Amino acid sequence: MAESLIYRELGGTSRRYWRLLALLAVPLALGAVSYFYMEHYGHIVTGMDNQIVWGMPHVFAVFLVIAATGALNVAMAASVFGKTTYRPVAPLSALISLALLAGGLAVLMLDLGRSDRMIVAVTRLNFQSIFALRVILYDGFMASVGVYFWFLLERRMNRYIKPAAILAFLWQLLLVTGTGLEFGFNFRAAYDSVLYAPMFIAFSSAYGTAILILILLAVCRWEDRPVSDELLRRLKNLLGIFVGASLFFAVLFLSSKHELARSRDVARFLLFDGGVYTALLWLGQLGIGAILPLALLLRSQVSRAALAAACALVVLGGLAQMYVTLIGGQAYPQILFPGLVESSSFFDGEIHPYTPSVPEVLLGLGGVGFAAAIVAVALRALAMLPERLDQTAGPQA
Amino acid sequence: MHLHGLVRLSACLALASAALAFASDRVPKPVINIDKPGKCVEDTATMRREHPDMLKHQRDLTVHEGIRTREHSLKECVGCHASRKTGSVLGENGFCQSCHDYASVRLDCFGCHASKPKLTNGAKP
Amino acid sequence: MSTDANEALSRRGFLAISAATLGGVMLAPGIRLIEIAGARAPEQAVSRQVRWGLLIDTNKCAPGCDDCVKACATENGIKDTGHPRTDAQWIRKVELKDLRSGRTHSVPVMCQHCEHPPCVDVCPTGASFKRADGIVLVDRHTCIGCRYCMMACPYKARSIVFQEITDQNPDVPRGNGCAEGCTLCVHRIDHDRQPACVEACTRAGHNAMIFGDLNDPQSEIAQRVAKYASTHIRADLKLNPGVRYQGL
Repeated sequence: MAESLIYRELGGTSRRYWRLLALLAVPLALGAVSYFYMEHYGHIVTGMDNQIVWGMPHVFAVFLVIAATGALNVAMAASVFGKTTYRPVAPLSALISLALLAGGLAVLMLDLGRSDRMIVAVTRLNFQSIFALRVILYDGFMASVGVYFWFLLERRMNRYIKPAAILAFLWQLLLVTGTGLEFGFNFRAAYDSVLYAPMFIAFSSAYGTAILILILLAVCRWEDRPVSDELLRRLKNLLGIFVGASLFFAVLFLSSKHELARSRDVARFLLFDGGVYTALLWLGQLGIGAILPLALLLRSQVSRAALAAACALVVLGGLAQMYVTLIGGQAYPQILFPGLVESSSFFDGEIHPYTPSVPEVLLGLGGVGFAAAIVAVALRALAMLPERLDQTAGPQA
Repeated sequence: MHLHGLVRLSACLALASAALAFASDRVPKPVINIDKPGKCVEDTATMRREHPDMLKHQRDLTVHEGIRTREHSLKECVGCHASRKTGSVLGENGFCQSCHDYASVRLDCFGCHASKPKLTNGAKP
Repeated sequence: MSTDANEALSRRGFLAISAATLGGVMLAPGIRLIEIAGARAPEQAVSRQVRWGLLIDTNKCAPGCDDCVKACATENGIKDTGHPRTDAQWIRKVELKDLRSGRTHSVPVMCQHCEHPPCVDVCPTGASFKRADGIVLVDRHTCIGCRYCMMACPYKARSIVFQEITDQNPDVPRGNGCAEGCTLCVHRIDHDRQPACVEACTRAGHNAMIFGDLNDPQSEIAQRVAKYASTHIRADLKLNPGVRYQGL
């Protein structure tokens, strides 16, 4: 008879834990300092200009938001699709999702040109457009995942898990589709494709699952909680499917851009002539982010070290992909007069250069630190993870 | 006990220091210079109480509906209240600045709006 | 029976009254709007009866001439800080070359004041908005500086202010962190004057730019648009801008 799982919060020696928090405080402090520096002097101190309007903070923020939507997949597999093997890690999956979203939103809010108007951003909503509703999307996602997370942990609410999970799942789908279409419905040559929606769904699944596996391995190492090879094998296969899907959609997107005459120029820019963007696309997004991890994952026997390495590569590839999408997409100029060569004092018709500045990178890393700190504190405060993950799960879903 | 006593002590100190501040005029009272003669659009008490709401209401009318009556226009306020010496409503003893400094309320307007009136001979600054 | 007849009468009566009210309600604004079609008093709100637009004849636009650009900068208090990549440019001259035919061309480009502005669609706070008379503006009281409008605009019409500004033109408030763009000189239009670029172009004798009410069949711009071919930049996007061009 399978023992019912005992969930226990992170224990261990206090000093080690406080050292971890002190380590996480470093990116948080640096991020805060960068924020105040940027807010005081204005965005002139960053590498952004009127041509590249969204810089490194957005690269990190969109990565965190996309990873957040995907990190929920494992929990959804357990609670919506009945894959009971994943049930023990469902609370961790939900928490990581919330933490990543909080980190991403924090960076977005702090990068505002008028961050003193943050309250305006969440109280005055332009209901005329679907894009502006993303504030509601974010809030609704946090609320529905929060409720689902609470139902998972609160024994009395366990029987309401399924409806809460279905709501969270629908909201997750809405949020990742909406984020993808923010680019997909944009007129810039590198965007302007509905494929962004399924592509971002694939990306989010890959990045979120990779982060989940990394944190799971790290937490279980921290306390010597045993994890079964079976669970890791299934997670590995899941990650392999998501990375494969990401590769498929990326190749489909790039080749369709190249095939259609109207977007061939921007496709050639990204694929061949883009300098740093071309390098990051091939080596980063496709190489390190997809092909290399797949080579590691698509074997029958994968060591934990190889799994962790594959996850780390997926995350690095994801950051490269975000850089190419966000910065590369802005570096390529807006075409006002198709077929003609443009030039102006406002830099029409030329590739726009961009150098990330230190405050921008520190702000982005501060968001990552924020997400990590939330996970660390929650693991210590709440009984989210079972003591042992090496038993077959009970009949409860 | 210990904590309770500490809380009471710090509360007393806080109240005392506030009272002392008022009593000793450590914070200088605002200097209100009316350089231009004549009346304001409303009486002083009304202006002191209502000017934030008046400005907020007027700005929506002006920006969204193009209603540019001169009565509650910020430009007209600045035009009349700018100091004759500095030409601005900001700065030391500036009309807006001195009261806002005293009340410790942030002045957001002049991040975008000009704190100096338009030059009367039509030249732009 | 008698109760049915009574009910039928009152139903008919109800319908008649509501029809009359509906008709009255629908007619009343029409009567009011016809009044407004003339010059607008300062205390009147703008109305949809008017749609401001520009007509630019690029055949009269000399390459290298930037009278409109200089006039805009002077009028709106836009100063050259020596950082062209972060300095605002609400209007610019785009030099075009057709590599196949060798034809070169010069076009002034500013905010196109679209009928379906993408910047308005994406603004999370509604700061980017379209006034009733068709001018697309930024309400800097509400702008949070997210730069989404800059990403969305296909004409690269919007900029953001990168550092603190002092000495603004009192007619044109501009501030750190807020998005901004060509306002069609709304502060001039509301006092029955022309935008600075149009005035400068006319004063210099080039006469390449006309400003007026596209909805008024008597206006010069409406008559020209009805008579001569004109087009939009990126007409394929179907945004229906208020700025029309000839000779593109």
